[in-house]
Amino acid sequence: MSFNHKHLIDITEYSADDIMQILETAQRFRSVNERRIKKIPTLKGFTVVNMFNEPSTRTRSSFEIAEKRLSCDSLNFGGSSTSTVKGESLVDTVETLCAYKIDMIIVRDKHAGVPRKIADVSGAHVIDAGDGKHQHPTQALLDLYSIWQAKGDLNGLKVGIVGDIGHSRVCGSLIPALKIMGCEVTVIAPPTLMPARPEVLGADHVTCKIEEALPELDVVYMLRIQRERLEGAPYPSLREYNMLFGLTQERERMMKRDAIICHPGPINRGVELDSFMADHPERSVILDQVYAGILTRMAALYLLLGGSEDGITA
Amino acid sequence: MALLLKNVRAIDPQVALDEVCDIVIRDGKIAEVGQNLSIEKGETRDMGGKIAVPGLVDVHVHLREPGFEQKEDIASGTRAAAHGGFTAVCCMANTNPVIDNAMGVEYILARAAAVGKCRVHVAGAATQGLKGEIISEMGDMVAHGAVAFTDDGRGIQGAGMMRRVMDYASQFDRVVMAHEQDDDLVGEGQVNEGVVSTRLGMLGWPAEGEEIQIARDIALSRLTGCPLHVQHISTARGLEMIRAAKAEGLKVTCEATPHHLFLNEDAIGDDYNTSLKVNPPLRTQEDSDALLAGVIDGTVDCIVTDHAPHTAWEKDREFELSPFGMIGLETSLSLVMTQMVHTGLIDYNRLVEVMAINPRKVLRVEEVKLQAGSTADITIIDPDLEWTVTADSFVSKAKNSGFIGADLKGRATDVYVGGYATMQDGQIVE
Amino acid sequence: MNGNQQTKSVCMDAAEIERSLMRIAHQILEANHGAKNIALVGIVTRGDILARMLVEKIEEIEGVKVPFGHLDISFYRDDFATYLSPEVLSTNIPFDVDGKDIILVDDILYTGRTIRSALDALMDIGRPATVQLAVLIDRGHRELPIRADFVGKNVPSSREESVRLFLEEVDGRSEVDIMQVAAGGHVGSAPLGGGN
Repeated sequence: MSFNHKHLIDITEYSADDIMQILETAQRFRSVNERRIKKIPTLKGFTVVNMFNEPSTRTRSSFEIAEKRLSCDSLNFGGSSTSTVKGESLVDTVETLCAYKIDMIIVRDKHAGVPRKIADVSGAHVIDAGDGKHQHPTQALLDLYSIWQAKGDLNGLKVGIVGDIGHSRVCGSLIPALKIMGCEVTVIAPPTLMPARPEVLGADHVTCKIEEALPELDVVYMLRIQRERLEGAPYPSLREYNMLFGLTQERERMMKRDAIICHPGPINRGVELDSFMADHPERSVILDQVYAGILTRMAALYLLLGGSEDGITA
Repeated sequence: MALLLKNVRAIDPQVALDEVCDIVIRDGKIAEVGQNLSIEKGETRDMGGKIAVPGLVDVHVHLREPGFEQKEDIASGTRAAAHGGFTAVCCMANTNPVIDNAMGVEYILARAAAVGKCRVHVAGAATQGLKGEIISEMGDMVAHGAVAFTDDGRGIQGAGMMRRVMDYASQFDRVVMAHEQDDDLVGEGQVNEGVVSTRLGMLGWPAEGEEIQIARDIALSRLTGCPLHVQHISTARGLEMIRAAKAEGLKVTCEATPHHLFLNEDAIGDDYNTSLKVNPPLRTQEDSDALLAGVIDGTVDCIVTDHAPHTAWEKDREFELSPFGMIGLETSLSLVMTQMVHTGLIDYNRLVEVMAINPRKVLRVEEVKLQAGSTADITIIDPDLEWTVTADSFVSKAKNSGFIGADLKGRATDVYVGGYATMQDGQIVE
Repeated sequence: MNGNQQTKSVCMDAAEIERSLMRIAHQILEANHGAKNIALVGIVTRGDILARMLVEKIEEIEGVKVPFGHLDISFYRDDFATYLSPEVLSTNIPFDVDGKDIILVDDILYTGRTIRSALDALMDIGRPATVQLAVLIDRGHRELPIRADFVGKNVPSSREESVRLFLEEVDGRSEVDIMQVAAGGHVGSAPLGGGN
């Protein structure tokens, strides 16, 4: 089976088979991550640049671990001490990197569209680790993996996403990815947090009433609420947000018996999620999602760097 | 205990009713409407052919409690309402503290239950503290009974802020009531900008200061799908925009006050009568004519008073320093009867629509109809009762009316709320 | 079937395979003085099935069921072509490798690169006492200094030929074929699932 992708920038470019291949490959990396020597020589000698122009500890460290366990050489590039502070343009920075003869750039940037630009300018493989409010494909993949592991076949699964749908790159990838895999997607948020056209992302149902949606859902995916300055905020207080949209202990009784709870992290306990629900022994797969991040990122690196040049003759 | 009202001319377009009949009230509800009714036990009152209509509702009043009790409070304000024939009012949130959370809503409802003489529906503030910066806890307020949201007293200045308010409110099937005033354009305006402001030498409040926000808010209602209720509309152009919005099918309603309908800027003479200082200001003759036409053709949904009590000493000062507003609960019905019904401009059906039916629709509260099974909120009107407005006419604590000296014909004489008499033969029932 | 390859001859039939495996089982037991410390690890694509068959024979002979597992060496290949099997068959070694005498089992020993990868994988999993190699067929042409301890049959072959094991339980027949590969065709270990 060939994997004919050079980049992971836009999840909608991937078919259901492509995604399934990534998930199945990810599963194969479990034994490596659970034994004493957590390393395989598969990608030895590949140079991968982690270009994080927006702060991130979780995603970047997840990628770094994935790279190192595959024996890549990782280079961390970005943050406040970069040459962009000195006024260097994105294009110049990328061309400088390419002069180091690198193989892949994993980029997070606060502006949408940057990964595509980098892909056009450089010859390297590019993974989008989050561009502005646009997409975050590896997050979607690790979410799909976690749901797949917990619930089995993704086709026909009813997934509800609660929170800041309109300003979330997590949603920008997750909703299309769920649709590609045949899920039915409900988005739940106050109108102030909805995008203008949720159906363009692929949402099947739109509602502001979490209690009406909960009884139908197999997966409840909670997005993080930004605890920004409340001036200009899309909701009056964290208290009211929790009251109207929080996954509270009281609302658990409305959930299907085997419904699971996901969250991309970091959690705001008591805001979008009660502690009880975040730590729910049967329902919460939040910590599994973190592990899934390592596995799916290893799979993405392996498939992108391994096979796409010469393709495969199976 | 049952109550039989004999010999009323019952008028209610909701059930195509206009006939002389009897009404039986039992356990707070209308038990029967018909001819020659009787009851075994209870009180019978012969109403002598007076008019009975579904209880009147004023969706824009200031009860001033908490914080400004020297002007009015819930006890006195609701008695003024009952005296004016009202079975319910919707009170505004610009008290001190502002009603912008569940606690405030509960307070008003509790006080009204304890000391009120009519139903009080609470409009919560749209933004916290009326500052126009952060949305108020609408969800919590709705859970505790709030019926609408408004920053009345002020206009919401930022378009983005108003958009957020309307987006957020649209979750709850509640109307956003808008006091339309662009602070930057209006500035320190005192009276309508034009002939009168020039003549009187005062800063003007241009019509555009209101119209710009009406246009904006109609557009935002279109964008967000949130129902919009434009408060105290005062200009012809503003009304025209409402008319167009309704024709387009948008969820837009509006209200007009008796002072904007029956007075205009020419009434403000060299005596600088502060009772005529209102916000928005009295406009031109053309504007008030347009508003009257709007009541007739249905563009104006509700007649409200914007009952704005102030103490005598506050109003008894320089025009420019006096606060805006006049009381209105006790003259509203009589003014509409005198100026519009008796003159043939509108019939009683239309009066019931703008003063009883539409207000309940805007607030999304229970309908009241003159038919069996409905809650017994009823207003009895003596259409021929003539009276002259004086300072002593008022049960309200405040006397700042712009209609002192007016000769009016038609007045509410009896009011029933849930079957209990709050006013009987013109006297408040304690 | 892949049009690239045509069977030229059958060098082992089902009965011969059976006899070789029985002999190898005896040899393993002899070389290791019994079954006490041994464990078998089959290399995925058919080496794992052979390992299981050897375990059954050892149990027949010695009455002991030795531990066994399977090893997927894709991650340790030196050619890094993404040679994926459609099925997910990951490594599964359900016993502690440390201190054991591990018998690696594969079907065909050719260049020796597969065994080199298998040794690296095994070393990352633990520290065996010894590693021994059992193969069904040794077809020569070593490119690395690797040799088998237990061999079923030596089959000389040319580089233009492909030598393939088919097993009843996955391919419907048990035999070892020597096949002619068309010019430019792939020679070497086959993917699982019999796509060719």
